[in-house]
Amino acid sequence: MIADLGIAFGRVAVMMFFVLNTAAILGWVERKQSAIMQDRIGANRASIFGLRVMGLFHPLADTLKMLTKEDFRPARADRLLFDLAPFVSVLFALMAFASIPFGDTLRIGDRVIPLQAVTLNVGILYAFAMLSLGVYGVMMAGWSSANNYALLGGQRAAALMISAEIAIGASIIGVVMVYGSLNLMEIARAQGALLWGWLPKWGIVTQPLAFILFLTAGIAATKRVPFDTPEGESEIIGYFVEYSGMKFGMFLMTDMVETTVLAGLSTSLFLGGWQVPYLGAAGFAFPWGATLALPPLAVTLLQVGAFVTKVAGMIFFLMLIRWTLPRFRYDQAMKLGWLGLFPLSILNIVLTGLVLLVARPS
Amino acid sequence: MRLGQRFYLREVLAGLRLTAGHFFRNLGRHVARSLGRRTTPGAVTIQYPEERRPYSPRLRSLHRLVRREDGSPRCVACMMCETVCPAHCIYIVADEHPNPEIEKVPARFDIDLGKCVFCGYCVEACPEDAIRMDTGILEFSSYSRGGMIYTKEMLLSLEPAGPNGVPRSPVPIPAGRTV
Repeated sequence: MIADLGIAFGRVAVMMFFVLNTAAILGWVERKQSAIMQDRIGANRASIFGLRVMGLFHPLADTLKMLTKEDFRPARADRLLFDLAPFVSVLFALMAFASIPFGDTLRIGDRVIPLQAVTLNVGILYAFAMLSLGVYGVMMAGWSSANNYALLGGQRAAALMISAEIAIGASIIGVVMVYGSLNLMEIARAQGALLWGWLPKWGIVTQPLAFILFLTAGIAATKRVPFDTPEGESEIIGYFVEYSGMKFGMFLMTDMVETTVLAGLSTSLFLGGWQVPYLGAAGFAFPWGATLALPPLAVTLLQVGAFVTKVAGMIFFLMLIRWTLPRFRYDQAMKLGWLGLFPLSILNIVLTGLVLLVARPS
Repeated sequence: MRLGQRFYLREVLAGLRLTAGHFFRNLGRHVARSLGRRTTPGAVTIQYPEERRPYSPRLRSLHRLVRREDGSPRCVACMMCETVCPAHCIYIVADEHPNPEIEKVPARFDIDLGKCVFCGYCVEACPEDAIRMDTGILEFSSYSRGGMIYTKEMLLSLEPAGPNGVPRSPVPIPAGRTV
């Protein structure tokens, strides 16, 4: 009983450790990556005892700054909702990661531990439910600030979220059809199969159109550039215009956590999750016949490492998009969501159905 | 708009290729430099307080009063610079010079740098080549207006800039400045 509780707690703790640390370090990644992309050096001045380590202390310094700044609340703001909004926002973003598997099962003695924070049969639905609930925090922030710009930002966020959610939901149906499950662990497991005996059956291979649609809609759902109309820092400051101190920091953190969640979800759905190509439970079995036996612990470590590497690669790609594309105008973003992504997702469902019907072993 | 542009995806990929190319090229340069395989930096950034751009010899920087061989100012308090100054930032009080060969000497020579527009007319107007703007000093800021007034002694203590415009004198601190 106690051991079960400890394992359950440990699974959640590992996941939280991963997500929170990734989110914290993403601030540094974002500044450094954008700097290197733009032929600059980037933040490198924060130092402890003269030690700079490429500016890695900047997230620490930023956090300290935000914790010690004045926590201002406008006089006419709604007290409860204004204080609650950043917590709601960051809570749902953190919860969304719970169903994402970061490895296959781990065997300790006679216990079999699935390497994901929560084992859910409806993992995909849960993750998207949490991602869409995140917009409540944003809307609460916009509405309770008693500021027209904030209200405008909150409403833009809601509109953007709805148009993105539809496309996300429609685009993953193709994935669900191919792998026949809503459980993210089952989907990751099914992606280990080989197509024509050599090609890993990853989602990006079987559902390339869905991958593009999902990624586009997912970036829109995280409200980051090029879909940052809710923030729109050059026109309206956005839903967090009245926030300061760590509450503002929590909105920033929400951004980073949502980026991590999007990277984790697209890894699980389209990049094979924790799968290493040709790695089975007993070791490598290459298509040309060679095999390499590995102990179970090494296999598990390789799988977790593969998951982390894939997530890091996805985050790099998302950051690359964020620092390359200019912002969509509000009407362009709406048009893209409703007239571009959504019909294409429906088309993807139809195409997937046709291919499955033709290719089905009768 | 062509059809390919309307779909936007190809243009996005072209943009991503450009920025990713910059990223990996610069990353490679940074890594090569940290391994000692390369001497030039991977970024165009000049880390300002430690590194400086070379300044042009024509740069108009903080003024200085040129000294005679005995250390007294070369200035003869003819008021030319004060007259020509469009910002009215030079204040001169003339005095008798002990040497009868020399007409006058400034008892006070104050420049209010808070008003100065760095036009260089004072340097042009001076018949004695007694004021120059070649110290290379650009960082003189103050928390008060009074802290921007530089006196004769401070201006006399300055040296011309070295090669590449690197200042050779420290930034003079006005006497009454608190910060």
